[in-house]
Amino acid sequence: MSITPYLTLAAILFCIGLYGALSKKNAIIVLLSIELMLNAVNLNLIAFAKYGPKPGLAGQIFSLFNITVAAAEVAVGIAILINLYRNRGTTDVTDMDTMKR
Amino acid sequence: MANDFTSYAWLVPLFPLLAFLVLIAAGRQLREAGAYISIVAMLASFVLALLIFFERLGHTTDYTWNQLKWLTIGDFQLNMGFEVTNLNALMLVIVTLVSLLVNIYSKGYMHGDERVNVFFSYIQLFSFAMLGLVISVNVLELYIFWELVGVCSFLLVGFWYFKPEARAAAKKAFIVTRVGDVGLFLGMLLLFWYMPGHSLDFSAIHNAFSQGKIDPSIATWIAILVFVGAMGKSGQFPLHTWLPDAMEGPTPISALIHAATMVAAGVYLVARTMDIFQASPDAMLVVAYVGGFTAIFAATIGTAQNDIKRVLAYSTVSQLGYMMMALGLGAATAGIFHLFTHAFFKALLFLGAGSVIHAVHTQDIREMGGLAGKMKITAWTFAIGALALSGIVPLSGFWSKDAILSAAFEHNQLLFWVGLIAAFFTAFYMARLFFLVFAGKPRSDAHAHESPAPFTFPLVVLAVLAVIAGFVFTPFNGWLGHWLGDHAEAETANWTVMILSTLAGLLGIGLGYVMYGKNSVSRDIVAGNAPWLYTLVYRKYYIDELYDVVFVRGLRLIGKAFELFDIYIVDGIVRLCSAAVVGIGRLGLRLQNGQVQTYGLATLLGLLILALALAGRRFFHLG
Repeated sequence: MSITPYLTLAAILFCIGLYGALSKKNAIIVLLSIELMLNAVNLNLIAFAKYGPKPGLAGQIFSLFNITVAAAEVAVGIAILINLYRNRGTTDVTDMDTMKR
Repeated sequence: MANDFTSYAWLVPLFPLLAFLVLIAAGRQLREAGAYISIVAMLASFVLALLIFFERLGHTTDYTWNQLKWLTIGDFQLNMGFEVTNLNALMLVIVTLVSLLVNIYSKGYMHGDERVNVFFSYIQLFSFAMLGLVISVNVLELYIFWELVGVCSFLLVGFWYFKPEARAAAKKAFIVTRVGDVGLFLGMLLLFWYMPGHSLDFSAIHNAFSQGKIDPSIATWIAILVFVGAMGKSGQFPLHTWLPDAMEGPTPISALIHAATMVAAGVYLVARTMDIFQASPDAMLVVAYVGGFTAIFAATIGTAQNDIKRVLAYSTVSQLGYMMMALGLGAATAGIFHLFTHAFFKALLFLGAGSVIHAVHTQDIREMGGLAGKMKITAWTFAIGALALSGIVPLSGFWSKDAILSAAFEHNQLLFWVGLIAAFFTAFYMARLFFLVFAGKPRSDAHAHESPAPFTFPLVVLAVLAVIAGFVFTPFNGWLGHWLGDHAEAETANWTVMILSTLAGLLGIGLGYVMYGKNSVSRDIVAGNAPWLYTLVYRKYYIDELYDVVFVRGLRLIGKAFELFDIYIVDGIVRLCSAAVVGIGRLGLRLQNGQVQTYGLATLLGLLILALALAGRRFFHLG
């Protein structure tokens, strides 16, 4: 079994996530896209841990940590989005340009 | 003898300076008090100047104090200070006295003007500068004050800046005198270069030139250049054009600056540096001929002008020409004496003219007439001034003019006749002025009445002085000449000159009387028979037009070329720079739009470029 299919899948997932994060208007979808990219990274970690030049458990444990942190991040992100929706009445990321001021 | 007061001569210019500072700092709050502050400051200066003058009466040695270090270059050190010679003491008295009277007069004349305190502050600044000029210890100090009086003249000529003529006249006065100032500056540089020890002190100049330490050809150059400066300030031909235009300023200013004091600064400068001129006979000749030509040239123009102040202005130019002529002939005492008497009677005439203008609200003498009955004091004092100017015995003008003419009679017959004819024209235009303004019937409906006391008091004082000031230096009493240290001039009564000059004066007055007083000879006798001559004189020999064509247009053309260069090349480069900066700014603005996705994209692109660069390094070996 070679590493290539895993890495290819991870690359495709990352690219989809990147595209979504940069182009979608809806903040929820942007958040989901970011999760996609994170998962692509997790996939890479596990693939290298199993088939890399130095196989070991560290990569797998690291991906577990990553999943936990991502869950927390999503919770915070959703909370921010809900508050934004309550205040501004929109989830469109193009309206969220207060950094300009 | 003690120098009790003389050692405090530096206080004389300081009083007006203090008044100037007070007025400029608190002018608006002071209101009426501004005039009184000025008068008190000037009175203090006048009293001190008078005390110094009396203290100097027995003296012949100069008092010099020059301990103020001004600048040190290598071994050379320039000190400032003040110097009191007998000539300076006399000038101090003239300047402070006329300035005091003009201050009093201005209180009446400028009453109601909302910028009256600004006016007084300018007068104080002028008095400070003029007095400083008089007691300057070296040429550079004199030059600084010289420019300062020029600035004050500019400010005061343009005092009514809302009148376009006043603005133009102020600019003209500034620019034309600047031409002369450049000459003085060059002369000063030459002097600095060739003087032993690079000293610019007047006493050092006196020693160096009177002992012949300077090459005569260099002395000629220095003298001519200094004289160019004097020409600009004293309105000598061909730099006289600014002085008549300067009459756009308030009348007290015309009396103070443009008749009695500042324009005499040129004469004073030549008298002060007389040693340079005496080292060079050529320069003396130039001074004498320029002065003589100016005297007759301006006197003829004066006969055809219709503005009361312009007639007097041309008369001033002409009289300054007389003074220059006297200096050029080596008769320094006669020139200074004429300056002394002229300061009084010309200030008197200008203040009288101001009183008339105040009463009838016009300056055109063709619209005046018959004022003698309504304005008795003005008419009488004006008559005294006019007679003094015309050189009638025994008024002051006669003695000073006689001193100049007898010097000319001895040294240069041509200039004597020029001066005599100029004296005739002087008497003629003064008679014309007097009879048109004060005699005959009123030619307008203005209800003229005598001016109040602030007007008449200075008039009376000046009239008394115009009568008696001449007796200090007559053929029978050479006191002034001895006191000024001019031993060469043994004044003897020259009856030929006296009779001829009196005849010229009487003839001029007589002709004026029959033409404008009795009307028995038609006034249009010249204008009718030789219209070209009348037009030529009326248009002031087309000097202004000539300058316009020769200098003003050419300079405008050069200015236009530079303006185009400025607009298209200099401004173009500046605009290009600003456009580039604005373009970069626009780009930055589009990046900084607050959209997190745009930032993300930029980050991605940056990362890609970085990755490409890292990858490319392997192929290109760029480091």
